[in-house]
Amino acid sequence: MNQSPNLNSFREGPDEDGRFGIFGGRFVAETLMPLILDLQDEWNKAKTDPAFQAELKDLGAHYIGRPSPLYYAERLTQHLGGAKIYFKREELNHTGSHKINNCIGQILLAKRMGKTRIIAETGAGQHGVASATVAARFGLPCVVYMGATDVERQAPNVFRMKLLGAEVKPVTAGSGTLKDAMNEALRDWVTNVDDTYYLIGTAAGPHPYPELVRDFQSVIGTEAREQILAAEGRLPDMVIAAVGGGSNAIGIFHPFLDDKDVQIVGVEAGGRGLEGEEHCASLTAGSPGVLHGNRTYLLQDEDGQIKEGHSISAGLDYPGIGPEHAWLHDIGRAEYVPIMDDEALEAFQLLTKLEGIIPALEPSHAIAEVIKRAPKMGKDQIILMNLSGRGDKDIFTVGKILGMEL
Amino acid sequence: MTARMDKRFADLAAEGRPALVTYFMGGDPDYASSLEIMKALPKAGSDVIELGMPFSDPMADGPAIQVAGQRALKAGQTLAKTIQMARDFRREDDATPIVMMGYYNPIYIYGVERFLDDAVEAGIDGLIVVDLPPEMDDELCIPALARGINFIRLATPTTDEKRLPTVLKNTSGFVYYVSMNGITGSALPDPSLIGDAVGRIKAHTNLPVCVGFGVKTAEHARAIGASADGVVVGTTIVNQIASSLTADGKASAATVPGVETLVRSLASGVRASRLAAAE
Repeated sequence: MNQSPNLNSFREGPDEDGRFGIFGGRFVAETLMPLILDLQDEWNKAKTDPAFQAELKDLGAHYIGRPSPLYYAERLTQHLGGAKIYFKREELNHTGSHKINNCIGQILLAKRMGKTRIIAETGAGQHGVASATVAARFGLPCVVYMGATDVERQAPNVFRMKLLGAEVKPVTAGSGTLKDAMNEALRDWVTNVDDTYYLIGTAAGPHPYPELVRDFQSVIGTEAREQILAAEGRLPDMVIAAVGGGSNAIGIFHPFLDDKDVQIVGVEAGGRGLEGEEHCASLTAGSPGVLHGNRTYLLQDEDGQIKEGHSISAGLDYPGIGPEHAWLHDIGRAEYVPIMDDEALEAFQLLTKLEGIIPALEPSHAIAEVIKRAPKMGKDQIILMNLSGRGDKDIFTVGKILGMEL
Repeated sequence: MTARMDKRFADLAAEGRPALVTYFMGGDPDYASSLEIMKALPKAGSDVIELGMPFSDPMADGPAIQVAGQRALKAGQTLAKTIQMARDFRREDDATPIVMMGYYNPIYIYGVERFLDDAVEAGIDGLIVVDLPPEMDDELCIPALARGINFIRLATPTTDEKRLPTVLKNTSGFVYYVSMNGITGSALPDPSLIGDAVGRIKAHTNLPVCVGFGVKTAEHARAIGASADGVVVGTTIVNQIASSLTADGKASAATVPGVETLVRSLASGVRASRLAAAE
């Protein structure tokens, strides 16, 4: 079908070269090019294959627990005294976060492609756990690369992955965090091209990953859009989500991009403040560059060397961001703001006490932004926020900061 | 093609032997020692020099080259200094082709046009930019070719017959056949398979085909040189440099001579390869 692109739509990207404006692309070693071209072919076929979509839907309903509920946070709304606050409760998914949506989708692709080994990178360990989970479910061996620093600070998730039968390989190169784990996973992939599927956890990397991860995560926004229409009879005024690589955010944003009255806000990790180097706010404080297969905003020095980020949340501790967010930022369709470690920590505690929900530190950044915005909005207005993960994994980090021995 | 690259491969063809292509990381372990290493390479028998541009996240390289890049960056190396190194080298040697090898981001941040201007002026003959496949040719390859700088592409075992023409289309200078899938510094594959692969590439192009990844000894160099137009050695040189450093990572009296000895030995292997093949 020869359809001309709709110039008024924000949902047409990427183009055939994997670009969102100047962002995205396929900046990979030649060894990987045939693989990502194969993946793209397979994804194009799977997208329109009713059997693939049916299997995805079935596993979504019975394995993940979809649709996830839309929840009216009544006590938080009353406490803040402004806009009505709704949470899309991705933290209730199997494995405790939105990560599983993408993992189920990609492992079905891996199966279609006849791959027999799964590799993944992980920061906080949520994507590693989700990858190990689907690998167990489909009986495939799984190797998870994880920065040595993260292995230490996310011990419970390391144990979960091991229980699930995955091999966790600590990465000591560089500073031992997510970006180093991603380098190492790419090295594994160029070495084991024949049998291995690289299950990328966020909406970044070479084309087609940003597109396919977004498509698998868009179930969040698609459901939420229907649910809010059913609950309120109208769309929200604002959609808010935390952004590290940006998969949960693009998942909830994308179905709303063409609803021009819906304001879209992404929340970056401001760490200990933007004036120093201890943050991960690539859009607010970074500049365009090329890393891990795509052009996007990066934290880098004047020589193009990538800097280490910092965030209280290991899941946001990445010096880049998905290319579609970079584009949405540049064209002004979405607004991206930083939230500091201490603000996220306060939000974490407030939500726990008011709503009886322990959020992960990643969405705690989004909650902190809700806390800032809701009181300035009218009571007839609606905020929809993606509560992308639960905080069980973070109780040790938080306990340590609050001075409690666990 | 630059005159230097053309002439070098034509001369070697006339001589009937493959090229020894040597890689080292610019600025490792410091600028002055690294420049001395660069100057020593042709004197020890290297025919083409690959000058590594350090990058914080070298995704297609093994630990040896990653650590070498970290040493260089820690010692203050930048892309501007790596270009300066080529410029300093050219004052003494105007015959040995220099190929700059690395990743795209430092070049992108430096500015593509500014980089190419400076590279031409410094006497750079070619570029290998690992993360710019043919699909990304508009970024740097096409502008480089327009300035007469070779854009050397990697072909790998995953580059099948269907893809080979795409890879070769805008390649110039030589084709760098990566003799195995994987990262730099891995084990050497079977030389007979390499011969087949070189033949497969040569069926599609008249460019010289140089082979790398895994060459550690004169014997490896000899075996690969029997079927290739050039033998690329990188990790082994980088390891030699690393092993010569003091406990705190500084150059020692053995750093430059160690590289010379190694390269001389590799050069003898390359020079023996066609003799052996003719036996």
